[in-house]
Amino acid sequence: MSAQHFENPEVTFQPDHSGGTKKIWKIFWVLSALTIIELALGYFLYLKHGQLGDAVVLSTKIVIGILTLAKAYYIVSVFMHLGDEVRNLIMTIIVPLVLFVWFIIAFLADGNSWKNLRNTRGKSRTYQTEEVSKEAVESHK
Amino acid sequence: MGSTAIPTGTKWWTGGKSPFNVSYGKVMMWYFLMSDAFTFGAFLISYGTIRFSVNNWADPNQVFNSFPFAGHANLPLAFVSLMTFILIFSSVTMVLAVHEGHQMNKKGVEKFMILTIIGGAAFLGCQAWEWTHLLTGEHVAMLNDGTLSVLPTTVKMNPWGEALSQTEMVKALQKTSHEQLVAIANTLHHGAENAHHAAASLTNQDLINQIATSEIHATHTGPIAFGGYFFGITGFHGFHVLSGVVINIVMYIKTKLGHFEQRGHYEMIEKAGLYWHFVDLVWVFVFLCFYLV
Repeated sequence: MSAQHFENPEVTFQPDHSGGTKKIWKIFWVLSALTIIELALGYFLYLKHGQLGDAVVLSTKIVIGILTLAKAYYIVSVFMHLGDEVRNLIMTIIVPLVLFVWFIIAFLADGNSWKNLRNTRGKSRTYQTEEVSKEAVESHK
Repeated sequence: MGSTAIPTGTKWWTGGKSPFNVSYGKVMMWYFLMSDAFTFGAFLISYGTIRFSVNNWADPNQVFNSFPFAGHANLPLAFVSLMTFILIFSSVTMVLAVHEGHQMNKKGVEKFMILTIIGGAAFLGCQAWEWTHLLTGEHVAMLNDGTLSVLPTTVKMNPWGEALSQTEMVKALQKTSHEQLVAIANTLHHGAENAHHAAASLTNQDLINQIATSEIHATHTGPIAFGGYFFGITGFHGFHVLSGVVINIVMYIKTKLGHFEQRGHYEMIEKAGLYWHFVDLVWVFVFLCFYLV
């Protein structure tokens, strides 16, 4: 079992791969623990459905979202080995993804604004769930 | 090339070497994954926008509460947890395969690639069961004309709206046709053949009494967009899993044939691994957006 060698002339330095699998298993347990906490919070929301204030529900959901981002960080950094790459590569992947910050805020705010218009200020029509078409129901039978 | 630490002050942009210190194939895999992340991101944000724009989205704990062979037991989050752990575990076996590749251990790569392929196939099996369960499901919902119907969850129909109140239920039952009442009564017996014939011969009033005294959970219909987003996004993800499994099978065969050993490195396993981990990464967000919140 000799260590592998790359023949790519563009690769200057090899990251150190001589370490064992300890780190991999550690991250597996971290990911499992984060998932179990997420599930516990999700189950908490289910059990207390309708009894919690909007602020509590929203903040619990935000906590679940942050835990998801932590899982994403561990997968990308350790499993995909991005954390072992040189800074130039890390930046060229991560910086464009920052667009998502604007993307998420703008679009969710837009969706929320539609809802408010339909519920209150629009007044042009009352809020109603879209109708399931009769044809769709008939064709299903 | 035994160097492990990168000396500070290395001039990356002077030419003759990759400023990213990776091969062409790997850097292109990263860029492909980045563009794929934008595709999935756009889908999920579109879903979020529509979800934010309506008053009552489907409650995931109500929609996804079944488990294979558990009958009608109410088990929210259970099946999707299983799917999530399957994918996390197959991610671990993939990274172990990459690790064995670094050690030039052919047998180890083969073993972990097989485990990864099994994990991917198990995930796809779970997804097939879940889709079938929703598409063939029977849920009693009130249409906008005030009558009750037995509906599945499809891209055209979403029976997961707000629960009907007792008075709404009584009113809706009076308006519902005999044919639909029989269909609803049959959902109570869960497919017992002789009960089906019995229901058809009952009068409307008997059927209404039977349904009203049962513990049936009838609802309004929900936003139609739910089905399209759910099947569209989980389908797009499932297709990624499927192609990932195919790529992993090709990688397994090439390992078995000794192609990578001849080449002197297992970089192709690393590139397939990047794709496979990305599939797991996307699931982390699909899991969040569709099942948890």
